Amino acid sequence: MKKTLFLLVVSVIVFSIPSCANKNKDTTQTENTYSGIMPDKDNAGLKLPQGFGALKAAEGLGEARHLAVTKEGDIYVKLSDLKNGKGIYWLHDANGDGKAEQMKGFGNFIGTGIYIKNGYLYASSNTEIFRYKLNEKGEVINQDNSEKIVTGLIDRHQHESKSIVLDDNGNIYVNIGAYSNSCQEKDRTKGSSGRMPCPILDSAGGIWEFKADKLNQTYGVGIRYATGLRNVVGLDWNTDNNTLFVMQHGRDQLHDLFPDLYDSKQSAELPAECMYELKQGANCGWPYIYYDEIQHKKILAPEYGGDGKKTGGEDAIDPVVAFPGHMAPNGLLFYTGNMFPERYKHGAFIAFHGSWNRAPEPQKGFLVAFVPFKGGKPNGDWEIFADGFAGTDVIQSTNDAKHRPCGLAQGPDGSLYVSDDVKGTIYRIIYTGR
Amino acid sequence: MKKPIIIFALIVSCIYLFAQQSSQLQASKARGEKVYEQYCLTCHQKDGGGVPKLNPPLIKTSYVTGDKKKLINWVLKGSTENVLIDGKYYSNNMAAQDYLKDNEIADVLTYIRNSFGNKASAVTPAEVKGVRATIK
Repeated sequence: MKKTLFLLVVSVIVFSIPSCANKNKDTTQTENTYSGIMPDKDNAGLKLPQGFGALKAAEGLGEARHLAVTKEGDIYVKLSDLKNGKGIYWLHDANGDGKAEQMKGFGNFIGTGIYIKNGYLYASSNTEIFRYKLNEKGEVINQDNSEKIVTGLIDRHQHESKSIVLDDNGNIYVNIGAYSNSCQEKDRTKGSSGRMPCPILDSAGGIWEFKADKLNQTYGVGIRYATGLRNVVGLDWNTDNNTLFVMQHGRDQLHDLFPDLYDSKQSAELPAECMYELKQGANCGWPYIYYDEIQHKKILAPEYGGDGKKTGGEDAIDPVVAFPGHMAPNGLLFYTGNMFPERYKHGAFIAFHGSWNRAPEPQKGFLVAFVPFKGGKPNGDWEIFADGFAGTDVIQSTNDAKHRPCGLAQGPDGSLYVSDDVKGTIYRIIYTGR
Repeated sequence: MKKPIIIFALIVSCIYLFAQQSSQLQASKARGEKVYEQYCLTCHQKDGGGVPKLNPPLIKTSYVTGDKKKLINWVLKGSTENVLIDGKYYSNNMAAQDYLKDNEIADVLTYIRNSFGNKASAVTPAEVKGVRATIK
């Protein structure tokens, strides 16, 4: 009896600590622009900081990758697998309860990237970028009539998705992922050395810049804006310092390929998943180096003579934030809304798709993280913002995860939308102050 | 009088042979699990389910439970194909595993053909040797 009472007291204390901490954090909150939409009773299964709630805005879209929300609150979702023959879905909430009642598919191509800018909806396949003209209500005028902006991008069925973002000067940026793990002579093969120089970097492994309004552009007219990036899925334009930020998926298999240099625990943590701030001409170092978030150093890749300690990449930039390995950052969004408490404004949300390359260690990720920013620079450590997508605490195999966060978008009221590409759930996270 | 004895002896030896075969399969499977953990688990995962879009699942697919020669070939040569299973593509490259010995490949294939809900015949080192000879 005494024991039960003791446990009860302890758990009350333990469980009240985080909520106290969060309450203190949120005291800066002055105005709540919460638009009357109710969170689901179970917050859509998510664990969120105090004062936040979540609802499922839509379900059953399948492989929902990135998404974009119009000024009117309609949602466009890009799918990497056709649903009823369509690769883009338009979702509309007619009665204002936050749940989309109307869904309409168009576009017959699969892909990841989608973005709204200057009256157009831009969407990418794994080789091309298209755009659709929007009317004043943010609706696609002619779903059968798109303009091809970019064509002929490399897709060698590894890191093939093309994420896109636009700046305020009429440019579109697209990730072209490297079709390789670490640019070995033979990909992912033990004992195969790194190619020097890595020929992949000529046409992939970086970010390319194109004009947002010119048709049929190819490599010849595009600019290789940044290089040495193995694969980027999440990227966003930061309007505070007018700069492109990207999230790199770090290399795999340090232990599998170099068991004498890395044990499986080190291989699960290394290398870091990195956030980079990119100026034109930036080199992030892949495949020659990787970033070690424990030593805080750029380490020479073992395929290029590294031993886990030797540093390298003097010409490569450092990340602005380094996360644990293999969590797979698939979405990046700088928050500019007014709904969330002040500390979230200008900060970065990152959707982590969740790992596979941490096995035999348990998998990690499957969450949305937050990094506070000030003036375009990180202003504090990263933290978990939304968790519980996977629906289970221990994820031994990647398929154990019931949902995996992929894309992020901000609604006109400041809601944060998160897409899931396992079942195609669209989550809407709101601040209620309760 | 002799006939029933012969039949009885035949039945007993059949059971014995079957039991022996099955215990051989179990032993090979147990050794194969160790090989799987060391060389295959990272990509194909502990549950054999693979990783969506990247690494193919080993569960109830004809690649695993079908033609043994094709399966042995796959392991020895690796793959740079975009593999289509049940309407889904899997895009990661698989390295050639030709550094593994015949008996290791036989064991690991026997393991995956009889795990994750799969049930198929064992693979023998002689079968691996036979396929390896056609590659070299």
